[in-house]
Amino acid sequence: MNHLGFDIEKLKIGSFDFTCCEGCQLQLANKESTLPEFLALLDIRNFREISSERLDDYDIALVEGSITRQDEVERLKAIRAQAKVLVAYGTCACFGGMNAQKNKFPKEECIRTVYGDKQIDTMQESHKISDFVTVDYSIPGCPVNKEEVERIVVSIATRSPIALPKYPVCVECKQRLNTCLFDLGEVCLGPISRAGCDAVCPSGKTVCLGCRGPADGINYDSFVQLVKDKELSTDEMNEKLAFYNGFTEYLNHEG
Amino acid sequence: MIYKVISKPEFRAFVDALVRANTSYGPRQVDTGRNGEPIYQFMPVSSADEIAFDYTVTASSAKHLLMPFREELSKFSFRDGNWSQEVSYDAPPIVLFGLRPCDINAINLLDEVMLKGPYPSPYYLARRKNTFIIGMDHLPLPDCFCKSMNRHTTDHGFNLFASDIGEKYFLSINSSKAFNFLKEFETADPTYEDDCLLIERRKTIKQSFQTNVEVTGLPMFLDLEFDSPIWEKWGDKCLNCGTCAMVCPTCYCYNVEEHVETGLGSSSREKRLYSCNLVDFAEVTGGHNFRPKNGDRLKYRYYHHYRGFAVNDNQQICVGCNRCGRACLAGINPKDVINDLRLEKESCMTCVSPSPQKS
Ligand code: SF4
Ligand code: SF4
Ligand code: SF4
Ligand code: SF4
Ligand code: SF4
Repeated sequence: MNHLGFDIEKLKIGSFDFTCCEGCQLQLANKESTLPEFLALLDIRNFREISSERLDDYDIALVEGSITRQDEVERLKAIRAQAKVLVAYGTCACFGGMNAQKNKFPKEECIRTVYGDKQIDTMQESHKISDFVTVDYSIPGCPVNKEEVERIVVSIATRSPIALPKYPVCVECKQRLNTCLFDLGEVCLGPISRAGCDAVCPSGKTVCLGCRGPADGINYDSFVQLVKDKELSTDEMNEKLAFYNGFTEYLNHEG
Repeated sequence: MIYKVISKPEFRAFVDALVRANTSYGPRQVDTGRNGEPIYQFMPVSSADEIAFDYTVTASSAKHLLMPFREELSKFSFRDGNWSQEVSYDAPPIVLFGLRPCDINAINLLDEVMLKGPYPSPYYLARRKNTFIIGMDHLPLPDCFCKSMNRHTTDHGFNLFASDIGEKYFLSINSSKAFNFLKEFETADPTYEDDCLLIERRKTIKQSFQTNVEVTGLPMFLDLEFDSPIWEKWGDKCLNCGTCAMVCPTCYCYNVEEHVETGLGSSSREKRLYSCNLVDFAEVTGGHNFRPKNGDRLKYRYYHHYRGFAVNDNQQICVGCNRCGRACLAGINPKDVINDLRLEKESCMTCVSPSPQKS
């Protein structure tokens, strides 16, 4: 491939799933209008959803899912050892995701409720992958936004800077002229969650649950104050903050 | 300017015909708030029935119709190691109905920023020239303070302005286009009584303001109070969410992003409206942030609005619509911040000049 007179090598990519629904990987095969161009950028070495090849000479690893078993840690470390660039792909990989709902219950109780008497090997908590390996880039989202994925892959291919928006979802929400859900009496995590999803949830009149994690430099204390000032439930707020596990450091800091 | 009066049903018929024939935007109720209050926005309208003629205020201003939140500035194509650029200033004509005097004044301010400098924006110009503006007066809301900013009346920047004088509207016609459109509808020259009703209406509006923000001498105050602790106090509340700038009719800052399309054959340069409250507004290459603290950033928003920047002749660019104050989830609003600043200064004046004590 040639771009502006430079030869661009196809990115040797592998995609790997851990504990998750594989919905983010499926997004890769989405957005048919640009799928051929997107695939043309890639030399897929290992990718269960798209190809039957199983090769281990990839440079870029997309890692999807959270870590909930010890054997997953070993597998993840092996991927890290091979990959030049490791991308935490999707909310589960970035933060532990919805799977982290189990974190607040004793492990035995979770196993009993879901699997009955079966013997199950699982950790007490669902972990983000950066608990075990160094992550080079994160693409959060439940599921990821294919446009953003394409943009980041193109940036890697053309060696352009890669960045997610630093500001919160409210910016995009206001640009879509949505009525603020706080004005309708709901707790929305938009003011503290990272933008980049085009405020898709509040645009559909559903509150933001922060699947993209915290924005940069958020004002958590002021956010809590806002919920109190509006006489909305802080329990509900805490539940929402815990939903995707992206706000643990703030939740713990509040006690 | 030409003045006419028109009956309310006839005006409605005129608006109906106009918006049916053109791509139009006007106030529409989009939601009902927590306390039962209607929430309005400037939205596409295709008949008079869709327009909320008696609306109070829209949550967001109409600025995005002249300066979209996202706008493609140019497209680049790459072929055979070479590139070409494609720029288009296409702006289809639109009708903008129902703007308040403060909103029209805001557009006049944007005109100065976007069109008067050494580099007028052709994108803005194309839209502005193709926008037909109909203004309407109204009784101020309890928190409107455009009168304090002296932006509660307007004599230019619109094609047609309708003042409500009871049974009729008093029309100020400011363009030949508007005059020609109106020819097909029944209007009359204002009588002496109509003139009196208009003056009465203006008086009522003027006397209905409940919020006054004292802005005289504010530019100097702001300079003196550069290091005031109030910036930290209010900054500590700020969520850095940019909501204020998005809804504001005069905030015009933007960021430019370039993206190579997935096929690597083309790319686009896009403008996105931004806000000086956002955490990386003053961040430069290399990562240094000139305004790392919330208070620093909030301060500059107030500086720009109440002190003015050189680019717009040091004019105050706030028109006093209080959209930012209503929308701010952290309870930050111009009235309270400015009052706080004044209080600060006044208490400081009393403490630096105590009566000398003899020992
Ligand atoms: S609905 Fe949520 S995202 Fe939208 S403005 Fe309100 S708080 Fe922000
Ligand atoms: S609005 Fe919030 S929960 Fe919804 S996609 Fe965006 S970040 Fe995720
Ligand atoms: S002043 Fe209010 S609306 Fe503006 S950025 Fe701060 S919190 Fe958001
Ligand atoms: S600097 Fe801030 S206040 Fe001024 S126009 Fe830009 S966003 Fe608005
Ligand atoms: S700063 Fe606030 S009150 Fe002033 S024009 Fe902007 S939104 Fe209206």
